[in-house]
Amino acid sequence: MKVNKGEYELKVILAGDLLQVNNNQAEDNSSILKAHKILGINIIGSPGAGKTLLLERTIERLKGDAKVGVIEGDIATARDAMRIGAHGVPVIQLNTEGMCHLDARIVGRALSEMPLSDIDILFIENVGNLVCPALFHLGEDFKVAVFSVTEGSDKPHKYPQIFREARVVLINKVDLIDYTDFDLNACKSELLEINSSLNIFTLSAKTGEGINPWVEWLKGIMG
Amino acid sequence: MHELSLIQELLQMIMESARIHNIRRVHHVRLVVGEWYGALPCALRFAFEALTRHTICCGAVLEIASLPIRYKCRECEGEFEFMDNCPICASRDIYISQGRELYIDYYEGE
Repeated sequence: MKVNKGEYELKVILAGDLLQVNNNQAEDNSSILKAHKILGINIIGSPGAGKTLLLERTIERLKGDAKVGVIEGDIATARDAMRIGAHGVPVIQLNTEGMCHLDARIVGRALSEMPLSDIDILFIENVGNLVCPALFHLGEDFKVAVFSVTEGSDKPHKYPQIFREARVVLINKVDLIDYTDFDLNACKSELLEINSSLNIFTLSAKTGEGINPWVEWLKGIMG
Repeated sequence: MHELSLIQELLQMIMESARIHNIRRVHHVRLVVGEWYGALPCALRFAFEALTRHTICCGAVLEIASLPIRYKCRECEGEFEFMDNCPICASRDIYISQGRELYIDYYEGE
């Protein structure tokens, strides 16, 4: 930091990263999760991609293998938290009141209310949005991007940030693929062009098709 | 919409710094934003105006320097504007060399 004192006017050169405050809080969250040996997963996708149903299916299949906790992020309502709560796992609903993404601060508050010593995997379902959530780290171990075949196979190139940041991509609603012009192979190679280390799973939360490979992968990660 | 959060962070950093330097009025803020962040200058200005009311930054000029995304090739060091592969040597080993900046360059006050 450099301060040049003029007669009245001060010029302060900051060069401080704007996301620094969020990133610091994200690191605090990350330490809390690590101290409790919790795997933190940030789920990001557009509204209607099927994030909540996917989460429900995943919770069902993890039963007996891992204790799950969920933080639900929505602009308004507690509908998603009620759906998740019906599966008997601890869930906290965050309402962002118009904000288009979760930030590390609000997630930090939710963490303080969670029964952390009784959780192996914490899913944080972000606000439905493919753009802004990619910028705000929450302290998770990795991000999962969810999008569905009805959204079109051009999404990776149109919204590259999230696919660069994610470790996993779940392509949902594959049961509907015959009703769309979604090109699965082209989409997968586009995804890998953007981020060659992506793990891609094609599935349908509705029919259950393809859910097992994803859940098995998750179990493998937990060790 | 994330413009609002970005400006909130900006104000927090400036207030903190202004307190340390005993600055009571901020006249000018220069913000550098890479295209990667998809932040619209008009939305940043709107958020700045809305959030600075009743603060020491009220009425300050927000100067925004937008930096477009540029890619660079690791093999031939060529610089270009689109992704996929290097237009000079066709290598796929490319990275973003510009456009991921997001910081307050400086601010002025008294």
